[in-house]
Amino acid sequence: MKLLTHNMLTSHVKGVIKGYPLLIKATEVKVNEVEFNPQFVSRMIPKLEWSALVQAAEELGQRQDLPSDLVPDYETNEEFLKKVHRVLLEVEVVEGCLQCPESGREFPISRGIPNMLLNEDEV
Amino acid sequence: MAATNSRSCLQYLIHLAHDHLDFRLPEIKALLSLRGKPFTPSENFKEKCPFWCLEGLSEEDVCSVMARSVCAKSAFELWGHGQTHSELRTSLLNYPMENMTPFMRKDSTYRINVYTFNKTLEFADRIKRIDALDYLPFEGTVSLKSPQHVFCLLEDYGTDPNNIPEHPDYIYFGRWIADGQRELIRSHSVKNRHFIGNTSMEAGLSFIMTNHAKVKENDLVFDPFVGTGSLLVACSQFGAYVCGTDIDYNTIHGKGRSSRKNQKWRGVDENIRANLRQYGTEKMYLDVMVSDASKPVWRRTAVFDAIITDPPYGIRESTRRTGSNKDMTKPCDESHVPVSQEYHLSDIFSDLLNFSAHHLVMGGRLVYWLPVYRPEYCEEMVPLHPCLRLISNCEQTLSSHTSRRLITMEKVKEPEELDSLAHLSDPRFSPYQGHNAFREKYFSGLNKKCAKEDNKSNNLSQ
Repeated sequence: MKLLTHNMLTSHVKGVIKGYPLLIKATEVKVNEVEFNPQFVSRMIPKLEWSALVQAAEELGQRQDLPSDLVPDYETNEEFLKKVHRVLLEVEVVEGCLQCPESGREFPISRGIPNMLLNEDEV
Repeated sequence: MAATNSRSCLQYLIHLAHDHLDFRLPEIKALLSLRGKPFTPSENFKEKCPFWCLEGLSEEDVCSVMARSVCAKSAFELWGHGQTHSELRTSLLNYPMENMTPFMRKDSTYRINVYTFNKTLEFADRIKRIDALDYLPFEGTVSLKSPQHVFCLLEDYGTDPNNIPEHPDYIYFGRWIADGQRELIRSHSVKNRHFIGNTSMEAGLSFIMTNHAKVKENDLVFDPFVGTGSLLVACSQFGAYVCGTDIDYNTIHGKGRSSRKNQKWRGVDENIRANLRQYGTEKMYLDVMVSDASKPVWRRTAVFDAIITDPPYGIRESTRRTGSNKDMTKPCDESHVPVSQEYHLSDIFSDLLNFSAHHLVMGGRLVYWLPVYRPEYCEEMVPLHPCLRLISNCEQTLSSHTSRRLITMEKVKEPEELDSLAHLSDPRFSPYQGHNAFREKYFSGLNKKCAKEDNKSNNLSQ
């Protein structure tokens, strides 16, 4: 699971109000090299909840020097875009789970794939 | 001054493949729309004909369309046309000389192709036709192998293979600009793909769907019924970053029984990511997840540029969602596998439209297949949503009594609280309710056929 995806996911457990962001408990994390595309990263930044991204990168020990706030004029700041590219697309959770911050319900991640299915009594 | 005026009035001839006829116009319109250009056909435009003449475009526009289209075979700068060779000659002699000369220089090489639609021509007759064009001021040398400029004489012998006329209905002559992407149909054939399922979408239609959705480079695309990822493969090919979900754990993980004839179980490298890797687009792979499309997992402000999908029809793949009709008093333990109940077809589509209204960018498109029981189909059955505008509805016949329709919708309005319930009072919501019985009707058609054949053989044996 990549952090770009994680940034958009929320807990949908019945009755939960504050289900975002999901906490990440990772047992295996991989960092792959993915071709840097500054246009794509620039397009994705407005879609992100920046603090949730920083928190997730922190949870995985992959934050490095990612700033707590968005840098102004990021579209032309290649150095900054490269940092964002790395956390969004190169860091991957292979094994672990996502946890609903309110109910504590865990969604397992195996082979990089989250399983978001709820049981019948939770829907 | 005269040169720029005459170039801006250029017409382009698009030669289309005679396949998926209903899907062609929406594809070309969508691709022109990506260039901000309208579809402006010349007079006497016939949609079912394989030759379309378009106006108001630049050569760059045409090249961009051809770089994406799988419906179009080739595009030409139209120099002349007519119902007879004599009319063609007049038309060509009227074509501004200054538009011809840049491509006919002494030091250049060229070749002329002859193409006939719905007729086979002997080699000798092709040569005759090329020779008959000697009134054109070609000054360069003919090179069959690698000419700088290619010209084409195209003859249309109508669309009835059982009634081929002696003389063509219409003739065109133009300078070749570009070919379409029909090669992708072969190179991305599902037959050679690492990971397939029983209902993997064929390559041609996958690319057509991508084009109907106006997917462009650096888009974010989502498929909520992703299966084996055929639609993601197509979208990634055109530069979009892709993600998907599916309720089926085995399909998402690439496990379980193989869909191939001589293979029992799926191999290690059979999954959606491997499919993208096969075609060199792994960098566009975001994620796939096991998830129930009726219970979306995205935060309210998560938006996609396009949603492209082929929901289950309940025939070859079952329609499922988590939930149980039983009274749930005991909580489930860890090893419990979620029970699924039937996901009624009309709910699938109203959920899909509602999801799209909330999770598409403004102007973003939803493209999906709607299964239809033909004897009862009417246009009012196509699901609607106040935030989505219907762009196109293209039918692909599956059998005498069933077909599926490729529906394209575009988000034109942000949803407010009321809208998610508005469809309940919309009369168009109910007609498709009957399609919950699509599965029964599909099989009842088959049963009737089997019963008829049984009766026939019974009668014969008497």
